[in-house]
Amino acid sequence: MRTPGLLVLLVLVALAPLPLLVHSDFWLHFAIMTLYFGLLGQAWNLLGGYGGQRSFGHAAFFGTGAYAAAVLQVDFGVNPWACLVLAGLFGAAAGAVVGALSFRYGLRGSYFALVTLAFAEVFRIVADTVPFTGAGVGFQIPLKQAVANFQFHDKPGFYAVILALTALATALAWWIENSRFGAELVAVRENEDAARALGIDVNRTKLWAIVLSGALSGFAGSFYAQYFLYLDPRIAYGVEVSVTALLVPLIGGVGTVFGPLIGAVALRALNEVSGVITGGAPGLNLMLYGALLIVILAFVPDGLVSLGARLRASRPLGKLGHA
Amino acid sequence: MLEVTGITKRFGGLTAVADASLEVRDGEITALIGPNGAGKTTLFGIIAGFIPADRGSVRFLGEEILGIAPHLLARRGLVRTFQIVQPFAGLSVRENIAVGCQLRELSRAAALREAEEVSRRVGMGDLIERPVGALTIAGRKRLELARALATRPRLLLLDEVMAGLNPREIADMVPLIRAIRGSGVTLLLTEHVMPAVMSLAERVYVLNDGHVIAEGKPAEIVADARVVEAYLGHGAADRLARHQISGGAHA
Repeated sequence: MRTPGLLVLLVLVALAPLPLLVHSDFWLHFAIMTLYFGLLGQAWNLLGGYGGQRSFGHAAFFGTGAYAAAVLQVDFGVNPWACLVLAGLFGAAAGAVVGALSFRYGLRGSYFALVTLAFAEVFRIVADTVPFTGAGVGFQIPLKQAVANFQFHDKPGFYAVILALTALATALAWWIENSRFGAELVAVRENEDAARALGIDVNRTKLWAIVLSGALSGFAGSFYAQYFLYLDPRIAYGVEVSVTALLVPLIGGVGTVFGPLIGAVALRALNEVSGVITGGAPGLNLMLYGALLIVILAFVPDGLVSLGARLRASRPLGKLGHA
Repeated sequence: MLEVTGITKRFGGLTAVADASLEVRDGEITALIGPNGAGKTTLFGIIAGFIPADRGSVRFLGEEILGIAPHLLARRGLVRTFQIVQPFAGLSVRENIAVGCQLRELSRAAALREAEEVSRRVGMGDLIERPVGALTIAGRKRLELARALATRPRLLLLDEVMAGLNPREIADMVPLIRAIRGSGVTLLLTEHVMPAVMSLAERVYVLNDGHVIAEGKPAEIVADARVVEAYLGHGAADRLARHQISGGAHA
C-alpha cells in the first residue's frame, strides 16, 4: 500500500497553523509532545517497520543525540542550532556502531532487540559514571531564551521546530515507500536470502536504515534537551524512551507513513488520561501503555491506521447486506 | 561460462559434495540430476556464493568467484532461484519482480513498469497486482523465475523449478525455460522431473552421494548403468537388463 505524496504534504501543511488557532499552553504542549512522539516513533518505524529490524533500545541513539547537543553547547560553546544538526550526526554514528556490530554477526529478531537494549543500558551506565554528563546529578542547560539559542519564550516556537523535524521524518518515510532504497529495505525485511540472491547488499541496506533511524532519534534527543533543559542518564538512556519509540508505531501501524503520527496521538492522549487517573505517579503510564498495546495487538494487529482501510473494505459488504 | 572444479563440502562428518566438477557452456541448458540428498542444492549454494566450499574452484566468465558474496555475483550476472520458494510474502507480484528489475534499473517507477513486461514473459501478466499469498505453488515457482529473470542474468541457476508441479504445469514450464534460453540466457538447472530434463538439457551431470558419477547427453545418461543404480539401488541395472532381454517390451 503506497501513500499518496499529496496527502502527506496536505496533512503536514494543515498542521502548520495550529498555534494560530490554539492559544492554550496545555493543548500546545500536548501538540508538541505528540509531534515529538511522532518523530521518535517514525525514527523507529524506518528501521523496525520498513526494515523489520525491531529495536528495543532506541534510547541509545536518542540519548547520544541529547547529550551531544547539551554538552556541546554548554561545555564547548557550540551554537544550539548547530548542536541540533550535530545531535543528528551523533545519533547516526551511534546507529552505525550498533548496526555494524549486530548486522555483521547476523543478529535478527529477538537477538537484535536484546542487543540494542543492552547497548542502551551500557550507555546509561556509562552516562551514570563519566563526569561530562553530570553523572547521576543530571545535566542542566542554562536558561537563555533567544531564538538564536534554540530556546523560545513561548510554545509556538518549539511547535514550529518539532513540526519541521517530524515533517522531515514523515517525508523520509514517504520516500522509503517510493524509492529504490526503500524497496530494497522492504525486500530485506520480507526475505533476506531472496534479497541477497537478487543482488541486494543486505548488511549495507540495514546499516543505512539504522543510520537514518539514529539520526532522527538524535534530532528527537536534541529537541528534548532544548524543550526541557535538563537531562539525566535515566531520561536519556532509560527504557521509557525505547518503549515509547516502538509503541508509537506498533499502536499506529508499523511500516506505514502515518502510523507513527496516529500512534503518537493515541499514546499522548492515554498519557494525559493516565496522569489524571494515577495522579501523575511516575512509571504508571507505562502500565497503561502495556494495556493499550495488548488491546491493539488483540483487535487491530496492523495498528490504528488499518482501521480506515477496514471500514472502507466493510462498506460495500454492508451495502450488499441491505440490498 | 561456468567451470566448477573439484568442489568439496563437508558438514561435520557428512561429505555433501565430494570433488565435484562440471562445466556449463555458453548458451546451453545444463542439468544437474541425482537422487534426493545427492548434494545438488548444496553445490548450487556454493556456486551462487551462499555456502562456502572447503576445497575447489568455481570460475564464472573466466574469473574465480569462490568466496564472493551472492549479491555481488548477482550483479555480475549469476543469479539463482530457490527450490523452496522464497517470495517477499507481504508484497504484490509486481513489487516482487520490481526488486529484481532494480538491480539494473535505478528508477523505482521504471522498475515497477518493467516488472509488468517480465511478468508477461513468464505468463503471469494477469496476476501482476495479486498479493503473493494468493498465488498457487505453480504461480510462486513462476514468480521465483520472474524475479531472477528481472535481474537480466547471464547465467541462471534454477533449483528444481518443477518440483511440486502437476504434469500440466510442467508442460507449461518447459517451453518457458526454452524461451529463456532462446533470449540468450545460459541455464544450469537441478531437476527431479526426468522427462523435462530429457527434453530440455543439452548436457546432464549426475550427482550421487556428492560425487559426479556420470556426464553426457541425456540419451547417454539414461543408458548409463551407474545412473540407473544410483536411482534404483545396487544391482538394478543388471536386473533391468535381464528383464529387457526376457520381457523385451520395456524401453
